[in-house]
Parts: sequence; C-alpha cells; structure tokens
Amino acid sequence: MSVLKDTAQKALQTAISFVPDRWLPGAEPDPMRTKHGLIGAPVSRVDGPLKVEGKARFAAEVPYENMAYAALACSTISRGRIAALETAKAEAAPGVLLVMTYRNAPRMAPPPVMNSAPKAAGASDLPVMQDADIHWNGEPVALVLAETQEQADYAKSLIRVTYDLEPAITSFDVAKTRAHPPENILGEPSSIEFGDAEAALNGAAHRVDLMYRTPRYNHNAIELHAATVAWEGDKLTIHDATQMVNSTAWTVAQVFGLKEEQVRVLSPYVGGGFGGKCLWNHQILAAAASKLAGRPVRIALSREEVFRIVGGRTTTEQRVAIGAKPDGTLAALIHTGVAAMTTHNSCPEQFTFPARHLYAADTLKVAQDVADMDMVANTFMRAPGESIGTFALECAVDELAETMQLDPIELRRRIEPEKDPTTGHAFSSRNLIEAYRRGAEKFGWDKRDPTPRARRKGEWLIGMGCATATYPYYRMPGGAARIRLTREGRAIVSTAVHEMGMGTSTVQQQHVAARLGMSFDAVTFEYGDSTLPAGSMAGGSSQTASISATIIAATEALTKELLKLAGNDSPLAGLKPDQVEARNGGLCKRDEPDRFESYASILGRSQRQEVTCEASGPLPLEAQKYSMHSYGAQFCEMRVNMVTGETRVSRFLGSFDTGRILNSMTATSQFKGGIIMGLGLALTEETNFDARFGRIMNPSLAEYHVPVHMDVPRIDVIWNDIPDPHSPLGAHGIGEIGITGVGAAVANAVYNATGKRVRELPITLDKLL
Amino acid sequence: MNPFDYLQADNASNAVKLASAAAAGKYLGGGTNLVDLMRETVERPDTLVDVTDLSRRIEARPDGSVMIGAAVKNTALAADRTVRRNFPLLSRAILAGASGQIRNMATVGGNILQRTRCTYFYDEASRCNKRDPGRGCDAIDGFNRYHAILGASPSCVATHPSDMCVALAALDAIVHLEGPEGVRMLKLVDLHRLPGGRPDIETELRPHELITDVELPALSFAARSTYRKVRDRASYAFALVSVAAALDLGDDGNVKDVRVALGGVAHKPWRALKMEAALRGRAATEVNFRAAAEGELSDAAGLRDNAFNRTRQADDRCRPR
Amino acid sequence: MHCTINGNRTEMVIDPRTSLLDFLRDHLGLTGTKKGCNQGACGACTVLVDGERINACLAFAVQYQGRSITTVEGLSRGGALHPLQQAFIKHDGFQCGYCTPGQLCSAIAMANEIERGIPSFVTKNLSTETALLDHDELRERMSGNLCRCGAYNGIVEAISETFAKEPA
Ligand SMILES: Cc1cc2nc3c(=O)[nH]c(=O)nc-3n(C[C@H](O)[C@H](O)[C@H](O)COP(=O)(O)OP(=O)(O)OC[C@H]3O[C@@H](n4cnc5c(N)ncnc54)[C@H](O)[C@@H]3O)c2cc1C
Ligand code: SF4
Ligand code: FES
Ligand code: FES
Repeated sequence: MSVLKDTAQKALQTAISFVPDRWLPGAEPDPMRTKHGLIGAPVSRVDGPLKVEGKARFAAEVPYENMAYAALACSTISRGRIAALETAKAEAAPGVLLVMTYRNAPRMAPPPVMNSAPKAAGASDLPVMQDADIHWNGEPVALVLAETQEQADYAKSLIRVTYDLEPAITSFDVAKTRAHPPENILGEPSSIEFGDAEAALNGAAHRVDLMYRTPRYNHNAIELHAATVAWEGDKLTIHDATQMVNSTAWTVAQVFGLKEEQVRVLSPYVGGGFGGKCLWNHQILAAAASKLAGRPVRIALSREEVFRIVGGRTTTEQRVAIGAKPDGTLAALIHTGVAAMTTHNSCPEQFTFPARHLYAADTLKVAQDVADMDMVANTFMRAPGESIGTFALECAVDELAETMQLDPIELRRRIEPEKDPTTGHAFSSRNLIEAYRRGAEKFGWDKRDPTPRARRKGEWLIGMGCATATYPYYRMPGGAARIRLTREGRAIVSTAVHEMGMGTSTVQQQHVAARLGMSFDAVTFEYGDSTLPAGSMAGGSSQTASISATIIAATEALTKELLKLAGNDSPLAGLKPDQVEARNGGLCKRDEPDRFESYASILGRSQRQEVTCEASGPLPLEAQKYSMHSYGAQFCEMRVNMVTGETRVSRFLGSFDTGRILNSMTATSQFKGGIIMGLGLALTEETNFDARFGRIMNPSLAEYHVPVHMDVPRIDVIWNDIPDPHSPLGAHGIGEIGITGVGAAVANAVYNATGKRVRELPITLDKLL
Repeated sequence: MNPFDYLQADNASNAVKLASAAAAGKYLGGGTNLVDLMRETVERPDTLVDVTDLSRRIEARPDGSVMIGAAVKNTALAADRTVRRNFPLLSRAILAGASGQIRNMATVGGNILQRTRCTYFYDEASRCNKRDPGRGCDAIDGFNRYHAILGASPSCVATHPSDMCVALAALDAIVHLEGPEGVRMLKLVDLHRLPGGRPDIETELRPHELITDVELPALSFAARSTYRKVRDRASYAFALVSVAAALDLGDDGNVKDVRVALGGVAHKPWRALKMEAALRGRAATEVNFRAAAEGELSDAAGLRDNAFNRTRQADDRCRPR
Repeated sequence: MHCTINGNRTEMVIDPRTSLLDFLRDHLGLTGTKKGCNQGACGACTVLVDGERINACLAFAVQYQGRSITTVEGLSRGGALHPLQQAFIKHDGFQCGYCTPGQLCSAIAMANEIERGIPSFVTKNLSTETALLDHDELRERMSGNLCRCGAYNGIVEAISETFAKEPA
C-alpha cells in the first residue's frame, strides 16, 4: 500500500496533467458498476473442485528430480556475534550434502526493504547470512541440505553455535523510553494536528482519556511458508507461497545480482497469506543453497520457524482522548501512541489512520511513534494499524457515549463528518450511518440494555457491543493485464496477481466475462506467475481494484483493435470505441444492438486466429482527489461466565459499506474470515515475546490460540452494495475491513455484559475475574 | 529427530525385554506426545518399542471395578458404555482433551506419561531443569500462565497436562506395571512426583517399567460425577484449570462422600484431599464448597501470570451439575 | 512391509522417522494431505485409518503397516466428487483451501463417530446411545481442524447438509 502511495505521489507531481482522468471528477463512471447479472452473483470458486480434491499444488508440493531438502538452524540470542560454529558433525551425518553458514554462503546483496523502491519486497534489509552478526532471536545461522528432510532435520540438531552477546533491546518498556517518530507512515506524516486539541479536550463538557494496549500477533496461515527453488544456468525459478510474485522476482534479482527477467516466481495457490507470505530469509537461503549444491531445493519452515523467521503484527500502546460538547459533537479527538519496530524494516503499524478520517472534530491530534527493538522484523498483518487502531478508538467512543448517556450509534451519527477531516477532500462514497442503521435493525440493537450486567442466563452474563470498521481504498499503480481473444471464442486474461483464497480468480473471471459479453466458462484467468504482465501485490486490499483497472484498460485496447480488424465490411464499420459495447460474444453499437458482429466473425474475416492486447491501468489518482475508504458497523453479542471469566461470542453481525460487491458468496467469506480473525485478536491470540531474551515462547498452534470451530458462532454479514462512482466496477477491496472494529465490538460487548472495561488485548478470562 | 530402531511387541513381557535390551529404549503408544518431543530433540531414544498392540480390553467386572488395557485408545475409553454410565467424569475428562483425531491415536498408557507443555521445556534455547538438570528454570520468571500453583519447587513450576489423569486421580485408579523386575501396582496419585530438586524425574516408575493396565476400583457414587475444564478457547486447548469431582449426597442434603481432583495446577494430577475432608459430613452448600476449596488452596502460590488461578479455584464450586 | 492407500496396496520402504504425512506427501506424491504444524495442533494432516481420523503428522508411517489409509485423493468415487466435497463448494467451505482436505476427512470420520454413538465433550447425556449432529456437537467435534481463513460457517453448513437427518 505504501508502495502505491510513494509511487503515486512521485508520479503525480509530473504526470497529473496528462494521464487519463478516468476516475477523476467529471469523468464518466465505469458503466459496469451498476450492471447486474454475472457481477455480484454468488458464483462458486473456479478452483473449488481442485481444492476439495487436494489437487491444487502448493509451493512445497512441486516435484523435481534430484531434489535436496533444507533445514535451518536459528540463533538463540537477540544480538551479538557468532563466536564458534561447529558444523563438522552435521556435515558428516548421513545424507548431508552441505552445511551453509555465513562462511560459505554465496555473496548476496541485502534485499531492498519494502517501500524503498516500487518493487522492493524485503521484509527487512538486513544482509542474509553474510556475516557473524546476529540481529534477532531466531535469525537463521546455518542451513543444512540433505537427501531427505529427516536427514536434514537430524543433522541440524548436531550443529553447535556459541555467541558473543551484545546488549539487546528486547523489552518494549525500555524501548518505549526512546520512541521516536518514523520518517513517515506509508507515505503519510507520522503526526497531524489542527487546533489545540489538548486544550480543547480539557475544556470539553464530556471527555475520556484512555490507554490501550495490544500484543504481538502472528498471521499463522495454515500453510507453512515454503519454497521449491531450482537454478538453470543463471536463471532461477522459485515456486513460492507469496502475495507478491513480481516484487519477489525483482528483489531476489537484486540479491543475486541478476536481471529481473532471470528470476521467475510462481505462486498459483497460497494457503493463506494475511500479509505474512512475503519475502523472508528462507526463499533467499534456499536459492543460495541450491546454487551451492547445484540441485533443486525444497525449504519448508516448521511452525516454530514461521514464528521465528517471519514477523507478525507488532505490539502497541495507544492513547485515545476525546472531548465532546453538550450537543454530542466533538471538540477534540486525540489518538497517539507507540509501536515496536526495528531499524531495518518499514512497517510502523498505522494505528492512527482511522482517527484521521473517521469523525468530525473541532481539533485533532494524531501522532504515532516507533520504538526500536531487536526482534524479527514486524510486518503487515490483515489491516495493519486499522485493526488495532479501531480497537482503541472505537472502545473510547463507546466509553464516551456512556459518559454522555448516549446510544453509541447515536453518538456516531452526531460526529459524522461532511468531508474528510484531515484532507478536506470529498468522500467518494461514505454510507457508514446507513450501515449502522441496517446492521442495528438486523441485529436487534434496540434490545440492548445500556446498563452493564443487566442480562444474565444462569452463570452467564450477556452483553452487546458495536464498533465502526474502516479501511482505506487503495489501488496500485504499475499493473498491466493482457487479454488474448481466440477465434474459438475464448478469452485468456493474464496478469501476475495472487489467489490466496480471496476469490480473485473467480471474481475477475466474472468481471472479464461481463465486460467482454462472454459466458463465464469462456474466460480463463491466468495469474500467479511473474512472467505474466506485471500485476499488483495482494496487499492493502488493493488487488481487486488494481486488477479491475488494468482489465478495463486492456479491454479498451482490445475494443480499439477489434474495430480496426472489423474494417469497413462490418456492421460496426465507422464506430468509435465509445460507441460500442460488448454483448453476446461480440460488439454492438450501444444504442443499436442489431449493429453487431461476433468476435469469431471479426477474427475470421480478418483471418486471425487470435488477437492479443496488453495495457496498464492508469495511475490511481482517484485516491488523491477523494477521501476513499470502506466502512462497516460491527455488532457483537458476548456471554461471559461469572464464575470463570470464560467468554463466548454468541452472535456477530457485520454490516459493510464497501462499494459494489462483486461476488456475494466469496465476499461473504472474506468478511467472515476477517471477523473471525478479529475474534482471535480480541479474545484468544497473543504471541508471547519474552522480554528477557527477545524470544517468542509460544511458537506453536497449540499454544498460540487461533479461534477453532467451537469459538465461532454463525456470523451474519450484510452490505449496502452502493457502488463507488470513482472506483473500477464501483468496488472496493474487502480483504481487510472485516477484521477492523471487531476488537472494539467484542470489548464493548464484554463491558455491557460484565461492567468491566478491558483495555488490553486479548481479553482473556483472567482479566474478567 | 535422531535415527532409531522401530520394534513391535505383541505382549508385555516381550515389550519389556525389547526395551531393556536397548541402550535408550522407549515405549511408543500413539506417538502424539513422543513424536513431537523427539522432533524437538527433547527425547532421543535409540529404540522405540511399539506397544499399541498390547491389551486393548476394557473389562467391566462384576464387583463394579473396571480393568483398562494400556493400549486402549482414548476415544474407546471415553465411549465405553460402562465408563459413561458409571464413571462419567472419566469420559468427560478424556473428551475435554485434545481433538477427535488425537484421541483416536492416544493410548491410556501414553496419556498418563505425557510430559508437560511448559514452553521453556520445549525450547532448546531456554534453561530448563527438567530437560537439563541443574541449568535453571526460565519459566519461573517467564510466561507461566499454565504453570503450577500447588506443590511446585524453586526448580520447576511445570504442570502435568493430562485431563484424563485428573479423573483417574479422583477415582483412586490403580496402575498395573510390568518391568524387568516383575509386576507391581501403584496408585495413580503416587505415580507422578512433585518436582522437588529433580524435576527431570517425573514418575516413580523404574527403568523400562511398562504400564499394562489401569484399574478403576468400584465407586458407586462415581455415577454422579463430572469434569469441568477452563481454558483459553472453547475447545482444543490445554487446561488452565480443571476439576474432576464425584459427590455422594445423603438424603439429609449432607455430603456423605466426595472425590475431587484438580488439573492444570500442579506437577501431577492433584487429589484435593483437604477439600474432601472438609466437605465430608457437611451440608452441600455453596458456602461450604467455597470454604473447602479455599482450604485446599491455602498453600497455593501464584507466579507472574497464573495468580488468577487461585481465585478461580476457590470459585469453582466443584459441584456436579 | 506394505499398507493400503486409497485402495491400492503400497510398499513401504522407509526410514522409521518418516511420518505417515511425509510418507504420503514426499514419498508417494499424495500431496492432497497438508502439513500445517507437524505437531498435532491444526488438523490439516487428517487422514482416515481404517475409517478413523488421525493426524498423520504425529504418526510414524511404520506404525501403520497393514492398515488401510484413505486420503482426500481417495474420497471421490468413480470420478464423482463425494457429496461432502460438493457441499464444500456449494457452501464456500474454504477460501485458500489449505485446511480443506483435513476438514473433509475429519468430517467424514466425525459423522461416522456420531453414527456409532461416540460422545463428545458437549454431549449432554452420556448414557444415551445416540449422539446428535447439532450445531454445538458439530463445532466441538470439528475443533481439531483449524481454518485460519475462517471458513467455519461454510464448513459447518456443508457438513450438516451432507450428514444431518435434521438440519443442525
Ligand atoms: C495439539 C495437542 C493438544 C492436546 N491437548 C490435550 C488436552 O487438552 N488434554 C490432554 O489431556 N491431553 C492433550 N494432549 C496430549 C495427548 O492427550 C497426549 O499426547 C496423549 O494422551 C499421549 O498418548 P500417546 O499414546 O500418543 O502417547 P505417546 O506419545 O506414544 O507416549 C507418551 C509417553 O508415554 C510412554 N508410554 C506410552 N505407552 C506406555 C506404556 N504402556 N507404558 C509405559 N510408557 C508408555 C512413551 O514412552 C512416552 O514417553 C494434546 C496433544 C496435542 C498434540
Ligand atoms: S517449569 Fe519445569 S519444565 Fe518449565 S522450564 Fe522450568 S524446569 Fe523446565
Ligand atoms: S500438520 Fe498434523 S495436525 Fe497440523
Ligand atoms: S481455507 Fe484457508 S485455512 Fe481453511
């Protein structure tokens, strides 16, 4: 997302005058945005049959002749130098091909860190196994390559490493004392202030001033990070589990001093990403070992290694202070705080973003700092910032409503802004209050008793809470799509994007079919391969809008080309691209559908087997002109056991305002998936980072508690389905919004049930006793 | 994982012979704990003797007692009609543990001898007196939410993670053993040790002693019993604390007899004898239960993350519902 | 040494350390069965042994000589998807699809456990012979199968539609 911002902003300065202003004010909105039919329909997943048969092949499942298997040994200290490294026993163990350490690893450049260049994908820019320095507890210090995984795993247990320790900052409490503002936060200023918010707060009729704490979390996609790599001469192929094939190819090329084209990254299926399936050490190490051994290499991390080598969501401490006037409007809104980070990554966890755009206030102060720690680079995890930022903000709004004796939804009605509070831009599409209205009605919010502990059933206290969900609209620049239309009436659309279960391939197949006036089955969507036209990464909920824009551009090019090919003998003769539309496998004049020629006929007459067009999407200028965000209202009903403090979510409803919904079935799943991850964030999940050693102490799915079936009730999801006039298809990405607001909805419901405000996540039972 | 020899035993004596013949032989049940610990290099046997083909019989005897073969799968024991009817707390305890898949693999013998889930014990980088005697214990001042509040020592504060054993402790189960020196019996409550200065020695078993059977003595009021487990998510998580309880209530509303054992609180399944004594003959009221629980926990000591367990214990009224 | 996998007699020439999961995935190329933790903590590796569900990651393959193993690849019959597989597609019981093979195998064995009257932790009356397939029973019994994408609602709908006599 920041890549987007940076690039867009730079490009903006020079290019704004002559780029097509497709999505700018005055331009005609995408006509498809209101078309019904295939778009929006609950089409089941195109990869469904493959996945239920176990035939979708993931990164660790690609076979190669002569494959060697890798195992990693990782550091057990946070900072210092390797003093001694005994590898002889491992080297002598059965089946071992080599042991790679900093002493014999190929010389490699550090991976450019995300945001430092448009295609930089490095989770950090530390050198990978190039010297004796240790930067975090869990950093790989050796890689064993053997004939079998069992042999590699055993040999790695024979490696002995001793270290010279150096003082490390592994306590957030200590690091906090040296917190500082980051240069920027994804291209935005780290702090914004208008008016004197502190003074306004002090003078306000009603006020809350509260501290919130959120722990570390890990993505824990069920698929373990893995890569299968092979060199062919100076060409490298990586079968990866990644949300960024192009960026990975470019970045790995920088590491090995290759051209981008020399690295091919394939990732047709990803077993869940959530921000975690990016470029970490393991792909680079596997490629290096493969180079040394001259054999294809499989690296598959253990669950523990995923915790140690792949960063997660960082820990934060946040202050939210709100001052309200007697009429319920806001005199002051303050959201500040600090997040733990490292000096070598670029993810400051933008928890103050929601407060910048959500509510109207006379004065505003947002400011966030980072505290540098010696730890694995933290990274983007589903709604980085917004998920935990809305926890703090929306809990505070709930507390404020209570002090004012106002219904929390009514309070939100009163603080609804007319334009974006920080940028002053008009909202492209904002129907938050409508989402609340519809959600409240369906959930039965009117049955809530605002008095805590008012409802009880046996040992269980019952309460309801709500909170706002919000996530920005992003569209990535720089993507392209290629459409190949064949005389047999098939369209093959190719772009290097990703399918991690969001439904991308299904939705875009629907899109292309609708846009080309073809049947769903006549379209093939190719993705997940860096040799295809560059696609956007799967991040920032931006893929759908980004891909859609490139497909629109490619279709426009195709229409032009088809009209040219149709020539003067066609019923379409003389028509301009904007006079025609696609229908029934061909083109026709918009207002005269009988002037029609099928694609097959056009290609046949021009003696072409096929026609291929490739085009890039325009720069995402719409997001510069408008305040573009998605919204939602989350409703939760909780039961809390009075004796044990156990919590159970008994009902949950999400009501969303995210533009046009493109596939009601996969969208429902996306929203629910986000909500469920939000339940984990709220109630059960926490990465235990031992501040004494900087070591994660629960690197296992048995001790890191993601919600299981029994934790999850039936969840209701509804949406406004109001298209955004300024986005492709009228749609917004929806991968992340589902998790936002959930923490607060749960915490507010817990309060309503028990009368206890828990301001530190997760809300485990001990905090309720 | 280190290389090892895999052997199968078709009877108990043979198993003992095979295991004793190896330098570092171990029995293999369902493997659900041992395989994990071998991957973590906590366990490094050179020989595994598969004992899953030993007795899988559940024999309900006329006197009301039940003999359970050590190779009986957890699922089979929980589903057994006699156990469900006469010892529901045991069924419930087993069903509270792990997942359907794991209960299908796990054996009774293996469940009893599963080792602690202390995450420092699992971590090669941490100091742990159990894995590496004398090195220290990183859990005492670390993450110890799941650690002991009863019977712990300055050497080790780990807990025994089994749910099943809590029920067995309440039921006065007897463990039948066969070893190189012959057969003998031990009460389950005497099988596991408190950590003391040697947390690495977890049981009273002698080298290569094999669990052959577990015997449930008859206990008429065990039919009136239950198991309550409190954990960090609704299912598939180890106990923060659990209670197995059976109650014999007289017509006068007084407690004639009672059995209570606690899980998740100590290095062994904790038989709450003090609490039982305090309740016998008393009226079965909430006040009395609470007072008895307080009494049991009078010696409880909280650590950084688990002090809340004390309150919980006292509050959990252990009454069958 | 041999076992039967999806109806085919299969030789087992293996390192005793090889788990049943790695045997299936790496030795036989049956990669439908997934690895999500290798610790018994996620259920992605669930396979059926003589019809009963187990976690293949905690099983040494050598322990399963002579047994009959069914993996996700063996669920369809004569080229037609198993009704549960179809129901998963219909109810969107997955997103990334990584936990799916484990969910499927687990659910099939679970339905059989219910049929056999095996109780669960939420079964109210342990002395009844029959177990129900209601919402709580189903969720409790399936709790050994994690889905990080959060497809739980769809999974539960697919299972109850496929196996329930009365809707859960
Ligand atoms: C993710 C996960 C969650 C779990 N959750 C729970 C839970 O909530 N509650 C709970 O109670 N348990 C839980 N468990 C633990 C599970 O119950 C045990 O792993 C299981 O009971 C062990 O049985 P097994 O037959 O697989 O033992 P194995 O792993 O085969 O063996 C365990 C030990 O017992 C020894 N052994 C086995 N049989 C005999 C015998 N007959 N005589 C002597 N020694 C023997 C072995 O040598 C080994 O040392 C969980 C496990 C996992 C992996
Ligand atoms: S509590 Fe016991 S098992 Fe855990 S680290 Fe300390 S000594 Fe080891
Ligand atoms: S891989 Fe076997 S349970 Fe997770
Ligand atoms: S579908 Fe992705 S983990 Fe279940």
